[in-house]
Amino acid sequence: MTGITPFALGAAGLVGLGLYGMLAQSSVLRKVIAFNLLGVGVFLVFGVVARRGAAAGLPADPVPQAMVITGLVVAFAATALALVLTLRLHQTTGAVTLAEDAPAETPPAKPATDAA
Amino acid sequence: MTAWLLDLPLALGLFGAGAATLAARSLFGAVLGFISTGLIATLVWVRLEAPDVALTEAVIGAAATSVIILYVASRIGAGPVPPAPPAIALRLLAAILSALVAGLLAFAIFSLPAPAPSLAGAVLEMIGPTGLGNPVTAVLMAHRALDTLLESAVLVFAVFVIWSMAPERRWGRAPGPAFVAEPHGPLAFLARVLPPIGIVIGIYIAWVGADAPGGKFQGGAVLAAMWVLPWIAGLTAPPRISDMRLRLAIAAGPLVFLIVGLAGFALAGGFLAYPPGLAKSLILLIETAMTLSVAAALACMIAGPPERRAQP
Repeated sequence: MTGITPFALGAAGLVGLGLYGMLAQSSVLRKVIAFNLLGVGVFLVFGVVARRGAAAGLPADPVPQAMVITGLVVAFAATALALVLTLRLHQTTGAVTLAEDAPAETPPAKPATDAA
Repeated sequence: MTAWLLDLPLALGLFGAGAATLAARSLFGAVLGFISTGLIATLVWVRLEAPDVALTEAVIGAAATSVIILYVASRIGAGPVPPAPPAIALRLLAAILSALVAGLLAFAIFSLPAPAPSLAGAVLEMIGPTGLGNPVTAVLMAHRALDTLLESAVLVFAVFVIWSMAPERRWGRAPGPAFVAEPHGPLAFLARVLPPIGIVIGIYIAWVGADAPGGKFQGGAVLAAMWVLPWIAGLTAPPRISDMRLRLAIAAGPLVFLIVGLAGFALAGGFLAYPPGLAKSLILLIETAMTLSVAAALACMIAGPPERRAQP
């Protein structure tokens, strides 16, 4: 148990950082990065649980590990989707945030870039 | 005790890199912080005795994710005026909530039952008939094959949705923007030298996954990188998204997986059940198709929706 203590704390800390970043940052891209930090933390919690489940001669329980591999690929797909939506939002409205009441700060600099 | 000398700095570095990601003033700095976090997390995975996950984290979690974030960040930037952060009270509330969640999570991990429940024994008991040597691959392909099948379908749908972000008149063209070719630049040089080596490494990682750390996702991601590199260098153009061969490559993995799974009804008495004696061959067949599909799907996700104008 002692061997994984620092990693358990680090993983929990990353979850907290990611959550804070998603809530307290206004830039959509920064929210996406924070979402990925949160993901790294959650996956490492799985890793800690897998390491605790070392048994039958295996150094770690393979079931949580397989779930994390699946999760990493799905998280990448979700990130790619979020980024494409962000890019499209920027191309059509010029906005880089999801704020509804900030027309002065994010004017449509170049509406519909792809029309060029 | 000596392990602490390695583990403690790693855990501190992990948290520090995560904090630096949030604290970075520029968007570019935040991406660099995220890359560092991913690389340190890769080392943590090695320390947690999970080399399969370490490979996936390095290739997909840290590398591929950072590439697409950097790419979109370089096109959007921070905006004309950096967006104002939310009100201080809201940020304080978010900080309290996040600290509470992190604290509860740590408390939950430390109050897990002392002899940890483990499925390791059950996995090893059932690994014999599959003919696989890597228990993680056995879980992915046999014990929890349904999860992997659904996940492979997720990749196909993600590509669908990303392509559908294309403006109407760009539909059917090649994915991504047109990159300017610089025939004698360093990127073009890299795009010529790296793929022959990278393709061999990618196929190797996918192939050894049956018996050693590796597998279709890790190998497929390396192959995707080798495919995307000449596109970015402007040396070759990606296939059009209306090309049936590209679409088939993306769908091949889930299709083969589904066909083998349905054949299980007739041959082995259940969905995704492998007939005894044929398990290893069928798993390798699925893994081969999945490697191709993961490579094609990841490459298309990195490239993004079709944005280039008429091909020259």
